[in-house]
Amino acid sequence: MQLGFLVDLHLCMGCKGCEIACKVENEVPLSTWRLRVKYVDVGTFPETKRTFTPLRCNHCENAPCERICPVSALHYLDNGIVNIDKERCIGCAGCIMACPYGAIYIDPQTQTADKCTYCAHRIASSMMPACVVACPVEANIFGDLDDASSNISRYIQVNQSNVQVRKPEKGTNPHHYYVGGGNVSLNPLASHRVDGHSLFNKITTLPVGGHH
Amino acid sequence: MAAHEILAATNAVVTLDVAIPGIVWPWFVTMNMWAKSIGTGVIFMLFILMRMHPESVKNLRLPTAIAAFVFINIFLLFTLADLHQPFRMWHIFFYPHLTSAITIGSFMASTFLGLLTLLVFLAWKKQDETYDKVFLWVTILAIPVTLYTAALLAQCTARELWQMPAESAQMILAATLSGSAFMILLGGSKLTYEAKQTLGVVLGLSALMAFIIYMSEYVFGPMKAEEIAFTLEYIKGDGPYTVMFWLGQWMTFIIPMVLIVLSRSSKSEAILKLAAILALVGLFMVKHVWLIIPQLLPMS
Repeated sequence: MQLGFLVDLHLCMGCKGCEIACKVENEVPLSTWRLRVKYVDVGTFPETKRTFTPLRCNHCENAPCERICPVSALHYLDNGIVNIDKERCIGCAGCIMACPYGAIYIDPQTQTADKCTYCAHRIASSMMPACVVACPVEANIFGDLDDASSNISRYIQVNQSNVQVRKPEKGTNPHHYYVGGGNVSLNPLASHRVDGHSLFNKITTLPVGGHH
Repeated sequence: MAAHEILAATNAVVTLDVAIPGIVWPWFVTMNMWAKSIGTGVIFMLFILMRMHPESVKNLRLPTAIAAFVFINIFLLFTLADLHQPFRMWHIFFYPHLTSAITIGSFMASTFLGLLTLLVFLAWKKQDETYDKVFLWVTILAIPVTLYTAALLAQCTARELWQMPAESAQMILAATLSGSAFMILLGGSKLTYEAKQTLGVVLGLSALMAFIIYMSEYVFGPMKAEEIAFTLEYIKGDGPYTVMFWLGQWMTFIIPMVLIVLSRSSKSEAILKLAAILALVGLFMVKHVWLIIPQLLPMS
């Protein structure tokens, strides 16, 4: 079994329900996120549109975070999930430096690395990840990539020409796919980032959550 | 900072995202690399002096071993201090993950420190013959101890600026540069003029080669990847790290190279010492800028 995620960006409407469900389910502390939805505004008025891109750990088959972790706090589960053992983590932040997707952070409460685990604890109880359950438009599709009849496999088959992963050139083989993504939504460098401007807040930088 | 490749037609602006994290590896890591360069560099220099100017090293065995011991301890202390869970450091030895450069580096650095402690003891007891036998192995071990940080940087897949083999070359050159500079200052009257000139040549050539690599990356790096181009914007034009970058390049490489030529032509040891001090101070800045700017790259 190799579990994977697919997000249909045609369906996502940026409600952030997945973000909140993740926060609640995993008790993610303030100022940190396991899953977040990025908004990018495209075009010039009146020809404008807004794109929404949920971003989370890509659970790479060839995960740089797992490779660089000196104590195996980051490790693979048999079902393909890249899990983290917070009791093992020494907080060296090597994983944060290695992850090309910016998916790992230092938990300010435990002073250890943390990230999306595809809700491994829920999976173990045969439940779907919290973000999947919360999505009102079923834009988050989760399942077994090894099973050709699973929802995610069929979705990939149907949308073959439109399925993308983030930063494929890194050779990480992410188990996280997007349908309907473009350069603007998937490439961090394809959009302007203006310091001090954001829809709901003005926070642009935060301390890592550590003691430095 | 403007991303250079944004299409005017899309006019794409990120209007909502989480805060970009601050610097993950701060100046503690710069201190780590700087102190390690000196700690291993003085070992390399003593090795060279033993072969080229054996008469000079008679009174340098103990000071060199102590200097290396002190700087490797500084390196290890700052490494420890940089951990968010420093009291779990022992996990590296009891739950080692051997694909990580951090794990391998910790093993090697710990062994290196043990051997340096032995060297200090042997030098103190004036057992020069045994010291020289152990010293050969210490010199050999100093090479991977210097290089492992380059391997660690290379394992940081998200930071394109840190490329192999450029980082390996820079780590070794930083060690020979800082080691020769520190030895010029440490040697004082114990070193003959010829020995100091040899150290000056090592310092000058290390500066030249390191400078060439930095300039090559500065000019040609942006042609390889958009992430490198974006990262280097921080040290170009009115970028926030431009001044620190160029101050470091001048202090560490350009001025010391000129001063070493001058010291050879005027036979001035004072100029040589000035070159050594500038190189040691400047190296910290050079390392710091190169450590920080890749961390400013947006990941989402």
